[in-house]
Order: sequence, then C-alpha cells, then structure tokens
Amino acid sequence: MNLTLKIWRQKNHKDKGGFVDYKVSGISTDMSFLEMLDVLNEQLSEKGEDPVHFDHDCREGICGMCSLYINGHPHGPQQTTTCQLHMRSFADGDTITIEPWRAAGFPVMKDLITDRSAFDRIQQAGGYVSVNTGGVPDANEIPIPKLIADEAFDAATCIGCGACVAACKNASAMLFVSAKISQLALLPQGQVERKERAEKMVAQMDAEGFGACTNTGACSAECPKGISLTNIARMNREYFSAVVSSENT
Amino acid sequence: MSWVTKTFNSSLGRKLIMALTGLFLVIFLIGHVTGNLLLFKDDGGQAFNEYADFMTTNQFVQILSITTYLSVILHVVYSIVLTSMNKKARPIGYNQVNPPKESSWNSRNMGILGTFILIFLVVHLQGFWYQMHWGDMPKVTYDGVVYKDLFEIVVFAFQQEWLVALYVISMILLGFHLYHGFESAFQTLGLNHKKYTPAIQFVGRAFAIVVPALFASMPLYIYFTLN
Repeated sequence: MNLTLKIWRQKNHKDKGGFVDYKVSGISTDMSFLEMLDVLNEQLSEKGEDPVHFDHDCREGICGMCSLYINGHPHGPQQTTTCQLHMRSFADGDTITIEPWRAAGFPVMKDLITDRSAFDRIQQAGGYVSVNTGGVPDANEIPIPKLIADEAFDAATCIGCGACVAACKNASAMLFVSAKISQLALLPQGQVERKERAEKMVAQMDAEGFGACTNTGACSAECPKGISLTNIARMNREYFSAVVSSENT
Repeated sequence: MSWVTKTFNSSLGRKLIMALTGLFLVIFLIGHVTGNLLLFKDDGGQAFNEYADFMTTNQFVQILSITTYLSVILHVVYSIVLTSMNKKARPIGYNQVNPPKESSWNSRNMGILGTFILIFLVVHLQGFWYQMHWGDMPKVTYDGVVYKDLFEIVVFAFQQEWLVALYVISMILLGFHLYHGFESAFQTLGLNHKKYTPAIQFVGRAFAIVVPALFASMPLYIYFTLN
C-alpha cells in the first residue's frame, strides 16, 4: 500500500504546531497502524529528521496508552485501540489525517502525545477502596450476584485511554469517570467510600477542565471497550444522592 | 461555598438544572397544546377566549406561569453557561471530525435548535402573549360578559403565509429538540434502567412527534379553513 499521511507536528507544549504531509510506501495490509507509523519513523530517522512522537506501550489493546485521532475518529475507523487497528481498514492511495486528542484536560506535549495525567488525578481523588492489612481473606468470601459482578467488570474494562474525551464534542470525561465510579459503586467492597468517591471524582473531573455531557452517545460508540452510557446515568445517581446525604457541608 | 452552590456550579448540577427545567417545559407543552385544541371548536372562538381569560386571571395558573417563565430563563441561561464551559474544554478543534452514526444529528446540535426555538418564542410571545396582557385587544361579549378576543388576533395572524411557515418550521425544530431532550433529561437525572428506559424512549419520541404536529396543525387549519 502507498499512503499519504497528514500528521500533526508540534515541537513542544508551547509550540503552535501544524500539519505535515508524509508519503509511505510498501505498507502491508497486515501491519498494525502503529507498525505503519514505525515504518514512517524509520524513514525519518534515516534522513536525520525528528521522528513522529506518539504514545504506545503494550500493543495488545489492553493498556490504554495508544491514542491518535485518525480520519475523524479516536483510534480510527474500527471500534478498537489504534494498536489493534490494521492497515486493511484503509485502501491503497488513501490520505490519512492523524491528530492528537483535543481537550483542555489533555494538553499536547509533542506531536501526537498528550498529557493524560488528568485521568490519574481523577482516579487518585476517589477511585480506590480501603483494604485492611492483615491476613489474606478467602476468595469469594463476600457473595456477589453474577449479574452485578458482570456489570462491575464491564465498567472495569475501561482502559483509561481517553477516546471518550476525544470523541465527545464537549471534550467531556464523563464516560471514563462514570466507569471508574461504577466499577466500585456496584460492589460491596466499594461501599465504604461510596459517597466521598462520587463527590471527589466529579469535583476533580470539573477541576481538570473537561466539558459536560450532552448525551450524544459518541463516546460509547467510539470506546474501544464499548463502555455503556448506563454508567453515566449511574454516576449521576451516585453524585446526586451523595451530595444530598453526605456529611460534607 | 456551601454544598448547595458547589453542587449547582458543578457540571452535573448544571446539567440537572437543564434536565429539570426541560422536563417542566415538557409538562407546560402538554397543558398548552391541550388548551389550544379549543381553536378547533366550531363556536366562533368562544371556548378559546374563555379559556384564554381563565389562563390570564386564575391565581393558580399565574403561579404556574411564573414557574414556566423561570424555567425558560434558567434553561437558556444554563445552556449558555454549559456551552461556554464545553467550548473551553476544547480550545483547539479537530481538522477532520466524523461523528459515529450512533450519535444523532439533533443530539449534537441541541444549542442550534434551541436558539431557533428561542427566536420563535420571542416572535410568538410578542404576537399573542404580550398582546393579551398589555396590547390593545378587540373585545367580544358572551352572555353579557366582556372578553378579550384573542381568537380574532390568532385568526388574523395566521392569514399571513410567512407566519404560518415560521410556525410550522419552528415546530419541526422543536420536534427534533424534544426527540433528544426528553430521554436525555431522564439520563441526566440518572434514570436509566433496562425496565423503564425503552418506555421513556417510546413516550419521548411519540411526544416529540405528536405535540409539535398538533401545534403546527393550528396555524395550518386556520390558514386553510378560516380564510
């Protein structure tokens, strides 16, 4: 395959940045999107140019490190992560536009790399459970209905990649935050910090400068893990019931 | 900041105001469309004029009216607050955007639809509501009691093609706004449940089609039959 790549290049956080066109040839349809970018970077390195910087880690679709806004979709045209996107999803001769996630909460650091530590700070604000130290508890000591366990697990499959923020026209992080609140709110282990968690995580989400959800459903449709919008409704319930009943004045 | 102001200044608190005022306006629309069906009664407008008189003089209705005005104002103000917050959340936009098909056009353009509905509302209130309250109204007498003849004003207004067209187009836009807004309000309130959400969606979509269609039929009926 021969392709034209229109890639966002930006020297650093303060640089204005702009698009640069590159040609790549000899791309196999079996390559992943990131491998295709590796080919481009080999070419650039050989020419002594600065390679295109992009985030990646496991390349197995489970770590949430890869990103890229490809042809108007986070993680490209398939509902998966960019590392699991293959070049057979494109046609020979295509021009592919590659942009970084765009959100005030995700500042661009260099080229296609954004700083997603806002998600870490939201997690640190309340996305945890208290566990007693001491003897190891027996597995399955606390009974949890299968349906509830499944629902919590579905929410827990969120890999925190930020595609929901990238997809949302309001750059809202509510799908992410709601998944993180849900996975713990549904389980007995999450009850101790339940109210505090909802209040603190929503407050941190707002402090990071993310937008507000308008229920367009773009986030869920683009989410590589298919996190459901029902989590957002659950977050709203958790938050509203927490603010009216918690001890925080 | 007290917990109340903190809550209503949060993104979720602001959305809650949008949802509650929106749902109150849905209830208002039910009342408004039901009462206005009296326009179709073939009695020269007597029932409609008596109803209009009741709606402007009854004390309980006046409390509901004030709640309605407040709902409209809050709905508009908070939409501006939320939209500016959302614009700030993405200071640099994308070069190319391809919204997924699951994300409907109207859900993505509620602000634009709402702006047109607001413009319509100004024209609508100026034409009827303002006239009824403070305008120089023609009078009509039923059984020795003098009433303001709002029916006459309505019939006269809808002799004008442009106004009929404006009303019909505005009702189509209102339909699209409600088609998303109704179920979206329940989602914001946290009421998403596999037992009830299908029913909420069905009622919301039916409401978004039936109510604007009934409203639009009124100027059309007057234009084509009472000319």
